[in-house]
Amino acid sequence: MAAQPLMRIENLVKHFHVRLGAFGERAATVHALDDVNFDILEGETLSLVGESGCGKSTTGFTLLNLHRATEGKVIYQGKNIVELDERAMRPYRRQLQIVFQDPYSTLNPRMTIGEAVGEPILFHKLATKAELKDRISTLLADVGLPPRFASRYPHELSGGQRQRVAIARALACQPKFIVCDEAISALDVSVQAQIINLLLDLQQKYGLTYLFIAHDLAVVRHISDRVGVMYLGRLAELATREELFEHPLHPYTKALLSAVPEADPAHERSRKRQILQGDVPSPLNPPAGCRFHTRCPIAMDVCGKVVPEWREARPGHMVACHAVTEGLPG
Amino acid sequence: MMMANDIRPVPSAASERLLDVKGLTIEIETRNGPATIVDGIDLHVGKGETLGIVGESGCGKSLTMLSMMRLLPNKIRVTKGEANFAGRDLQKMSNSELRKVRGGDVGFIFQDPMTSLNPVMRIGQQLAEPLIYHRGMSKAEARKRAGELLKLVGIPGAEDRLDAYPHELSGGMRQRVMIAIGLACNPQLLIADEPTTALDVTIQAQIVDLVKDLRDKLGMSVVWITHDLALIAGLVDRINVLYAGTVVEDAPVDALFSNPSHPYTQGLLASIPKLSDERSARLSSIGGTPPEPGRRPKGCPFAPRCPLAEAVCHERVPSLEGIGQNGAHRVACFVAQRKLEAA
Repeated sequence: MAAQPLMRIENLVKHFHVRLGAFGERAATVHALDDVNFDILEGETLSLVGESGCGKSTTGFTLLNLHRATEGKVIYQGKNIVELDERAMRPYRRQLQIVFQDPYSTLNPRMTIGEAVGEPILFHKLATKAELKDRISTLLADVGLPPRFASRYPHELSGGQRQRVAIARALACQPKFIVCDEAISALDVSVQAQIINLLLDLQQKYGLTYLFIAHDLAVVRHISDRVGVMYLGRLAELATREELFEHPLHPYTKALLSAVPEADPAHERSRKRQILQGDVPSPLNPPAGCRFHTRCPIAMDVCGKVVPEWREARPGHMVACHAVTEGLPG
Repeated sequence: MMMANDIRPVPSAASERLLDVKGLTIEIETRNGPATIVDGIDLHVGKGETLGIVGESGCGKSLTMLSMMRLLPNKIRVTKGEANFAGRDLQKMSNSELRKVRGGDVGFIFQDPMTSLNPVMRIGQQLAEPLIYHRGMSKAEARKRAGELLKLVGIPGAEDRLDAYPHELSGGMRQRVMIAIGLACNPQLLIADEPTTALDVTIQAQIVDLVKDLRDKLGMSVVWITHDLALIAGLVDRINVLYAGTVVEDAPVDALFSNPSHPYTQGLLASIPKLSDERSARLSSIGGTPPEPGRRPKGCPFAPRCPLAEAVCHERVPSLEGIGQNGAHRVACFVAQRKLEAA
C-alpha cells in the first residue's frame, strides 16, 4: 500500500489509577494499554478487534487525547497531539472525530437534530448563520435523512436514524479521521447493514480514514483494509484483512477466528472450534511475559518470562509471539 | 470428532408437541389505548427438538416466551390465545400450579445474569433453591447437586465456587451459573433468551457448545431466542422468523438457510456479511424500520418495507401456509405462496 501514514502511534501506554476495597484503601493500576505501536494510513479503514477489556476503546480515546496518555506519542501532522492541552488541541479536534455505540446517550435530548448537527459547525466557524440551514440539510442528506428531520428531537427517531444523526454531527466538522467506537454494535442486523453501507459511501465521497472498533468479526472482515487484534492491553497481531483472515499467525487470533459463527448450518454443525480455556486475566495484574500465555495452547517456558517482540513476520504482517518468531527463518 | 448431527437424530416435525402456542395475542397499554405487540402467534416445539426464534428488537420474541410463564411486565397482557405445555394450558393454570412449572419442568436462561442473579446470595444457595422447592431435596442433598451442576456447566473448582457471590465471577462464568440454575431440575424444556448477547465471541462459542452438549446428554427440548442467525445455525433443528409479532417463516434449519422464502428472511440473511464478499462490497440491507406497536399496517406487517409487495399485501394479512411436499416449511407471504403454486 502506497498510502501515507495519517497518524503514527508510538509506544502508547495508558494506565488508570484506581482505588480498591470498600473504603478505597488500596491503590492499584489498571494496565489498559501497554506499549502499542501502529500506523493509521490515509484513507484506510483500520479495525481493532478483541474481547471486552482488551483496550480497543481505550486506544481510540487515548489517540484522540480524550484520555491523557500515560506514555508514548501520537504523531498527527508532525505534532505529538497527546501532549497538547485542550486549547492547543482545538484545531485538531475538528479534524479528528468519534462516533459512539449509543447515539441516544450522546445526543442531547433537548436539542433538535438540526441544533445538534449545527452546533459543531458554529463552534468551528465553518459556516455563517445564514448558510447554516443549507449546510444542515446537506449533511442530513449525506446520511440519508430528509431535511424535515432537522426540527425533530432524538426521542422521535429510531436507533438507526439516531446513529445517522451522530454520523452527520461528526461529518459537520469536515473531519479527516473518524473513530467508530462500536458504532454499529447496538443496531439490528438489517439496520446495521444500512449504516455500514453509509459509512463506506461517506468514506469514498470525503476520503475519510476510519479507526473502526468492533467485536463483530464478520463486519470487520467486510469493511476493513487492515485489522489489529488486541489482547489485554497489547496488540497481538496486525495485518491486511486478507492476511489476517487467511493466514492468522498469533494463537489468540486463531482462537478468535474459530469462534466466529458462519451462516451455514452444515458447516457450523461439523466445524471443530478451538475453544479457549478460562477467562481473560485481570488488567489490574496482567500476566508477566506474553499476556496470552496463561490461555495459550502452545505456550513455552519463555512465554511466561519475556514479553514477545512486536515484529514483522511477513511483509506488512506484524505479530508479537515467541512461537511465531522461533518458527521464522533467521 | 463425531458431529453432533450424526449421533443425534433430528426430531421430526410430526413428533409429539411439548409446547404448543395457538393464536397468542399480547397487547400493551399506551396513552392512546391498547396496542398489539404480538398478533395471534402460533408456534410449537416438539419433544427433544431445538427451536430457534429469530427476530429484531421489538418483534415480540421475548414477550411471547415470558407471557407463557405469566412473567409479563405491568401494562402488557395476553388478550387471546392459549399456550399448552405437556398438554395443559399454561394460561389457565393457577398461580401455584404455574410456580411448579417455572424453574421446574421449564428452565429459563436470561440475557443478563447480573440482573437475574441475586447479588447478595451465594451461588450455591441460588442453585439449591429450585432443588429444594421443586424436588423436595434436603439442604445437604441440594448443595451436593449444586456442586455437580456447576461441574456439568464447566466451572473450574466447582465445589469451591458454591460460596462465591455473583460479582466474584466473570460474565462468562455468571452465564454458566444461570445455565446451571436453568437445568437444575432436569427441565423438559429450556428457554434461552439471548443468553450470549452480552458475551464476547469466544465465550459465546463456549456457551453454544455447552448447551448443545447438555441437550444431547439430557434429551430436553430447547427454545433459543436470538437476533443472530449465524450463531444458531449449528445448534437448532428448526427456525421461526418473527416480524412485528407474527411468525413469517417456519422451516427446518437447512431449508431456511438454503431456501429462505419470506422476503424478510431473505433480507436478514443477505445483510449478514459473508466470507466470500469483496471488501467494501455494498451489503444488501432492508430499507426502513419495523412498525411501532399501535402503528401496525393494515395488511402484511412487512409490506411497507418489502421489495416485492403487491396491492394485496397492503390489504390482507397472509397466513402461515406450508410450501414444499411435507409442509414442514411454512411461510406467511402472498408472493412466495403464489410462486410455489405456479411452479
